[in-house]
Amino acid sequence: MVQTIKDRTAIVGLGQTAFAKGLEDSELSLACQAISAAIDDAGLRPQDVDGLAMFSMENGREVEVARNVGLGDVTFFSQIGYGGGAGCATVGHAAMAVATGQCEVAVAWRARKRAAKASRPWAQVGQRLEGATQWSRPFGLLRPVDEIAMLARRYMHEFGATRDHLANVALAFRKHANRNPRATMYEKKLTREQYMQARWISEPLCLFDNCLETDGALAVVITSAERARDLKQKPAYIHAFAQSIPRQHQVMTNYFCDDPLLGPSWTCARLLWEHSDFQPADVPVAQLYDAFSPLIPLSLEGYGFCGRGEGAAFTEGGSLEWPGGRLPTNTSGGGMSEAYVHGFNLVLEGARQMRGTSVCQVEGAECCLVTSGEGVPTSALLLRR
Amino acid sequence: MATGFVLPDPEDPDGQPFWQGTARGELLVQKCTECGRRRLPPRPMCFVCRSLRHEWEPLSGRGTIWSYVVAHPPLLPAYAELAPYNVITVALEEDPTLRLVGNLVASPQGAINEIDPSTIRIGEPVRVVYQQVEDVFLPRWMRA
Repeated sequence: MVQTIKDRTAIVGLGQTAFAKGLEDSELSLACQAISAAIDDAGLRPQDVDGLAMFSMENGREVEVARNVGLGDVTFFSQIGYGGGAGCATVGHAAMAVATGQCEVAVAWRARKRAAKASRPWAQVGQRLEGATQWSRPFGLLRPVDEIAMLARRYMHEFGATRDHLANVALAFRKHANRNPRATMYEKKLTREQYMQARWISEPLCLFDNCLETDGALAVVITSAERARDLKQKPAYIHAFAQSIPRQHQVMTNYFCDDPLLGPSWTCARLLWEHSDFQPADVPVAQLYDAFSPLIPLSLEGYGFCGRGEGAAFTEGGSLEWPGGRLPTNTSGGGMSEAYVHGFNLVLEGARQMRGTSVCQVEGAECCLVTSGEGVPTSALLLRR
Repeated sequence: MATGFVLPDPEDPDGQPFWQGTARGELLVQKCTECGRRRLPPRPMCFVCRSLRHEWEPLSGRGTIWSYVVAHPPLLPAYAELAPYNVITVALEEDPTLRLVGNLVASPQGAINEIDPSTIRIGEPVRVVYQQVEDVFLPRWMRA
């Protein structure tokens, strides 16, 4: 029998900066602030940290982080690619490293500024395209929202989903953000009428189907379950972890395979549930990657909360809303209403649900699903109390 | 002359024969010489039999609209001037799992913003046309 990492490690520290548009500090500085806060939150010292896991898109390199935060000898470091698909994977890689003795205390993080060139590759001109993007961008399919809108239109056509379903997603997350003082949209209500009247970005998607543009950084500390028991905070155990690149996948423009609507979630879910004592019906709360609203029905289907084509209908009757819904989702507001930091805020909110400290706390939640980008090579975590 | 549009590198090692084809008015798809499986976008190895040998097969240039979007600003300046414009994905007649992204135009040299987006339907039959932008011939689509 394969020995998995089930419950052998835990998230024990959470740290973050403020979320804003146009923060002065560099991405490296923001990363160091979040990591430093996470180490303090765990009740550990910088020299206890010997493992690092980050996004390959990160601007501040491991050596710079280590030199700034004053880490000691680092024995594990890892980078994950594919932008928003990487969030849960950084935590998962750190957990695997801790579980196998490659390090004892690891940090994973994401720092991002919306104005940074690396954050908006689609806005760069002048270069001729090589590789995958030459098959879509010349025609004006320029931005991530355009690429996902193409899938969304097809999804709506095949399964009868409507803008009302997408509004269910946007409104649920906004309601959660309205309870979260850290959220960008804390004081901004959103009505269905406002959603329906909003300007188009890429039809069938309007302004409110998009995530926010945010400057900020978040970090978590991961260590062994054994060590976690002696630390300051209630551990959020890493119960299961998976990554996926589905067969014949193409990043973002996944139109070139037999069934483009069977996205990375489906593959990721298979291993995740195989390694888990919980199944979708047991999961009372979720943090689902929401760069764009249609990713939610796609993820609900992929992770098995409903059947294929039923993801849109799943959003009806307030089922994504705290406190009464079947599956309160993105309980801090998510990427669409708290902050968009490549989905890393979802990891911290998942850990808060396990600590019992969310502003939309699901009482007695035993576990929480956290997912990273649908539409790109992805990853997911099942956290346990 | 630079137009401000984002264009492929016609010398991309995998894409070059495709772009040479469009310049001649041909829609070419890569086909494995060993097992006959077609593949798109072009790439070095056949994902079915792992052969590196391939040929380029001309297709009919007919297909149906698989999905579409209508893009609105913020966009790169050259595209913003045309917005709102459509972008369609076409399922090709020979194998509907082979798809190409393009635009629906009203005439062979028509602009990508001429067709009223509210008239576009998934499943509509289309046929390819080629439009030169700088040194590249982009496949675009007219109603068949």
